[in-house]
Amino acid sequence: MSAAAFEMLAGLGLLVAAVLALGLSRRPAATAVTYSLALVISVAALGNAGAYLLAGGSAASDVTLPLGLPWLGMHFHLDVLAAFFLVIVNLGGATASLYGLGYGRHESSPHRVLPFFAAFLAGMNLVVVAGDAFTFLLSWEFMSLVSWALVMSHHREAGNAHAGYVYLVMASFGTLALLLAFGLLAGPQGAYGFAAIKAAPHDGLISALVLGLVLVGAGSKAGLVPLHVWLPLAHPAAPSHVSALMSGVMTKVAIYAFVRVVFDLIGEPGWWLSALVLILGGVTAVLGILQAMLERDLKRLLAYSTIENVGLVFIGLGLALAFRGSGLGVPAALAFTGAMFHVLNHSLFKSLLFMGAGAVLSATGERDIERLGGLIHKMPQTSVAFLAGCLAISALPPFNGFVSEWLGFQAVLQSPLLPDWGLKILVPAIGGLMAMTAALVAATFVKAFGITFLGQPRSPAAERASEVDRFSLAALLLLAGLCLLAGILPGFVIDALAPLSQMLIGSRMPVQASEQWLSIAPIAETRSTYDGMLVLVFIAVSASAAAYLIHRLASRAVRRGPAWGCGFPEVSPLAQYSGASFAQPIRRIFATLLLGARDRLDMPEPGDTRPARLVVTIVDPAWTRLYLPLTSAVGRIAERLNALQFLTIRQYLSLVFGALITLLLVLALWR
Amino acid sequence: MALILALAVQGMQMLLVLAAAPLLTGVVRKLKARLTRRQGASVLQPYRDLLRLMRKEVVLAENASWLFRVAPYAIFATTWVAAALVPTFARGLYFSWTADLIAIVALLGSARFFLALAGLDVGTSFGGIGSSREVMIASFAEPAMLLTVFSLALVAGSTQLATVAAMMGSDHVGLRVSLGMALFAMIMVAIAENGRVPVDNPATHLELTMVHEAMVLEYSGRHLALIELAASLKLLVYCSLIACIFLPWGVASADAGPAGYLLGALAYFGKLAVLAALLAVFETAIAKMRVFRVPQFLGAALMLSLLGTLLLFVSGTL
Repeated sequence: MSAAAFEMLAGLGLLVAAVLALGLSRRPAATAVTYSLALVISVAALGNAGAYLLAGGSAASDVTLPLGLPWLGMHFHLDVLAAFFLVIVNLGGATASLYGLGYGRHESSPHRVLPFFAAFLAGMNLVVVAGDAFTFLLSWEFMSLVSWALVMSHHREAGNAHAGYVYLVMASFGTLALLLAFGLLAGPQGAYGFAAIKAAPHDGLISALVLGLVLVGAGSKAGLVPLHVWLPLAHPAAPSHVSALMSGVMTKVAIYAFVRVVFDLIGEPGWWLSALVLILGGVTAVLGILQAMLERDLKRLLAYSTIENVGLVFIGLGLALAFRGSGLGVPAALAFTGAMFHVLNHSLFKSLLFMGAGAVLSATGERDIERLGGLIHKMPQTSVAFLAGCLAISALPPFNGFVSEWLGFQAVLQSPLLPDWGLKILVPAIGGLMAMTAALVAATFVKAFGITFLGQPRSPAAERASEVDRFSLAALLLLAGLCLLAGILPGFVIDALAPLSQMLIGSRMPVQASEQWLSIAPIAETRSTYDGMLVLVFIAVSASAAAYLIHRLASRAVRRGPAWGCGFPEVSPLAQYSGASFAQPIRRIFATLLLGARDRLDMPEPGDTRPARLVVTIVDPAWTRLYLPLTSAVGRIAERLNALQFLTIRQYLSLVFGALITLLLVLALWR
Repeated sequence: MALILALAVQGMQMLLVLAAAPLLTGVVRKLKARLTRRQGASVLQPYRDLLRLMRKEVVLAENASWLFRVAPYAIFATTWVAAALVPTFARGLYFSWTADLIAIVALLGSARFFLALAGLDVGTSFGGIGSSREVMIASFAEPAMLLTVFSLALVAGSTQLATVAAMMGSDHVGLRVSLGMALFAMIMVAIAENGRVPVDNPATHLELTMVHEAMVLEYSGRHLALIELAASLKLLVYCSLIACIFLPWGVASADAGPAGYLLGALAYFGKLAVLAALLAVFETAIAKMRVFRVPQFLGAALMLSLLGTLLLFVSGTL
């Protein structure tokens, strides 16, 4: 059986699992059966895709099913690009299933989750192995719809129905854009297979249009500003392991769509298009992380941080496009590999963090960090895993986030070679935005970890919390281990990604496996090297040496006492520093300008006994500047056109006749 | 044999920075005291303080977690590793390729991450206010530092600190507008990152505007000793960075031999003395600023470093 057939069967197997879950769903065994089945299939698909990728993907493998469009069939195609994204999808799927084995037992309505969970995994798998536009769009829409169903699984909770509605509208809009893009690519001959699309020549205008449409279609799914508004609503609304899949994996499927079309299918777009991608990426990164910093709902904070990471990936892809367009192969390979490395990293740590948030949610019933605190004492293992995720996402060595960030910076430093002046001015500014984003990410995750896990419990629920089940812990610790592993052995990941850049860019980064001491050198040793393994060893050795010597030679005495309260101990844990107060300086400095943040003090009159309140308002400029005017315009137009519903039959007939004549006239003039 | 020698030199460097860091702090304190016509404590006082703190028992707050106890070691270790990778008396030491300039900045970022978390651990207001302000300052200082690194990397064609230092020491560089901007940006960042006047005051626990001291208020005994030592090391790291990049004279190459190393060490201590004197004069001459003036101060550093990078993107010779 060919590798593509295996992956296709895995996707279909997950569909069968979904049907089975539907049949079983009211029985108590359904949870265990569905998640175990999903786990087994995901691990098998992961192994197959991983083996294909590590073998260097010598030959692409194809399968055709006699379904779908008449005489065309459904094509499935596996090459290294698809294999890499299958690794991500199935790694995410496997860990989410493992986590679900424990977490799913608390689910109040499993019949609303289980069938769609397996179907969602199937949809994502099929999007990635699709080999023609029809199969791709069908699977894409299937993936969107089942994920919508998962968002709506707790539809009675406040806000979830709204989230589902916004998501549905944006997803349909995105699919429409992709449909138009593939329509343009297929051309009048109707060549829907990816191979045929790739072989056909595309002129510059078509390429530019397709890139714009794919940016809208895939970008709306990935969360590019200004198409991100649904993401922080919908991702947190789903159960936490599904949130992990949506944030950690589905956004990657969207990035896959972008890479597949822009890097593989269409020809070379002009440089200003790469500038467009760069600017969108930079704006997305900064706005995403700023909103994450100001957020108090832990899962929404993570969703906003997903937007930021998508921005970083698009910066890398934009750089790769710019380099490739200027014929600079090695820097393009560097930027592209950095972006793909970040795709892998983000899928690891964002799954980890969402599952950690899920653990907190199931232990306390709270997502609001202002009502949490002190969980490090009650959930020690979860807190270790969550801390590892925070370190990784904050791009701190020796974790994996730093490596991809570092590769991104190295790519930026290659950009003076670019011949276009526009890019020469733009890229350092984007580099500055990346650096600022990195610092804000660290601030955000100090807040996320510090307010949630440290300090004293701010609510009785946080006080009563206890450690989560073993399955959830296994998934959390596994992901934390992978984050560290990818950080200390980055050379292997880069080498595994080399066939991708070879296929899409035409050149690759130097082989890293031959570097001494497992270090990585993206261009040459004299330019830049980094060795995560040695950094870890040095830190571990010096920390343990210091601990040993001090405990041995100086003192090891410990006494516990009350914290110093400046002579005025705090009356309640609620008087602790809160997330909002932690974020206040950054809110005041950045968000007043970018997000229209306003503090308003509501001070009661003397003699009035109601408490004073500080009201903070933050507006997303995308809502107020883009969506609200748009929806009100649609409303106004609909109001006007409403008259058309109440015409007489004669008027209708003349309307139809007029429309027909106009169309025929247009057609005649066009020819 | 060559390997053992190289390792020994690398080890010497690690011990040298560890031994010299409290001295640098002591010298700055002494100079500041003399400039304000006080007698001041001996330059060896920081060593005595550290020894005394190490021998004392640790008083932990009742709800302090394991993170609070691990953080001092993590902070110390990451800062020490960063300090070991910055050239002092010689450049291009055996492990100097382990981390480039970007990674050194990120290592210091790790230390700050743990420190900010430790400030939040006990749940007192002072810790929270310190952490919150620390990350606010970092959100300007870190990008400014990274953009400065970009400028240097573009001039030297490498982010490798040893290569940058060698390049700056050679005749190919000369005076450049972009490097001047980078120098000013780096000095401003160094002042902010080390919590010196005008951004923060290292000498007081009694100001509502304090940042670093607020975060470590709950620490005592050996934990406090490690954090103080890490703070001294951080000051040394920034001084060494400025010294090896902008005062590149007299740094020995990796294979210079004992005499070369000795000369390099003499030059290094001379540079540290100059920088310590400048820091003391600057701190004495200037008043501390309000917290919300700090973004303007660091915003200027950010703009300078961005301009420097832009100039280099436009033309490699500016």
